[in-house]
Amino acid sequence: MTNTAPTRTLVIEREMPHPPEKIWRALTQGPLIEEWLTKNDFQPVVGHRFNFRSTPVPNWDGVIDCEVLVLDPNSRLSYSWGTMGMESVVTWTLTPTKDGTHVRMEHSGFRSEQDAAYKGASYGWTKFIGNLERVVAGLD
Amino acid sequence: MQAVAENVFKALADPTRRAIFERLARDGEQTVHALTDHSGISQPAVSKHLGVLKHAKLVRHRREGRETHYSAQPQALAPLIDWMSFYGAFWRDRFDRLENLLKRMDR
Repeated sequence: MTNTAPTRTLVIEREMPHPPEKIWRALTQGPLIEEWLTKNDFQPVVGHRFNFRSTPVPNWDGVIDCEVLVLDPNSRLSYSWGTMGMESVVTWTLTPTKDGTHVRMEHSGFRSEQDAAYKGASYGWTKFIGNLERVVAGLD
Repeated sequence: MQAVAENVFKALADPTRRAIFERLARDGEQTVHALTDHSGISQPAVSKHLGVLKHAKLVRHRREGRETHYSAQPQALAPLIDWMSFYGAFWRDRFDRLENLLKRMDR
């Protein structure tokens, strides 16, 4: 919690023994997305607004608000990710390798104002934090 | 950290308690009477909610004369603010599921 950068970024990278085209399908076809992420009304169209829908729990409808930002077939996919007052961006980058694909997922935009807020500088975080348990329960 | 976070989750899961906590965070220290006036519920109910918040270390109190004053302790939220670890676990789990799906897909 000592990072003072304006935003923080989470990166996960894995080598997968599958061609980029196949992984791209799993990332961009609604029924396939549902199998590994959540229900959704994703459409592979830049500017398309959609939702990821987790299992609703009391006081949280399980909805994550998204918009397709970048769509570069078999290579790069980016969408906004908004839930409970936190705006962030998820970007997938697929790079072909000898045996398959290097998959990189970057989730960026965790704003440090949450840190500042918890130190007492502002107020907006309380709603955000108050909703956190719903997020945890709902994304499970 | 897990047990601490769980107490905070439970304390803030209730909308009335969340409202009380938000009010203290926004407006600063308040007496039980003042909180009761704004809550629309009885003073014993407010006191009970304050007890849960206190157990989670989200509020603390001090006595002055016959009044008890409560104030928010936002630093108690620290265990919940580590979004990096939350989303780290979330996405690693989803990566596993993605890989399982890819194994099941034809091509």
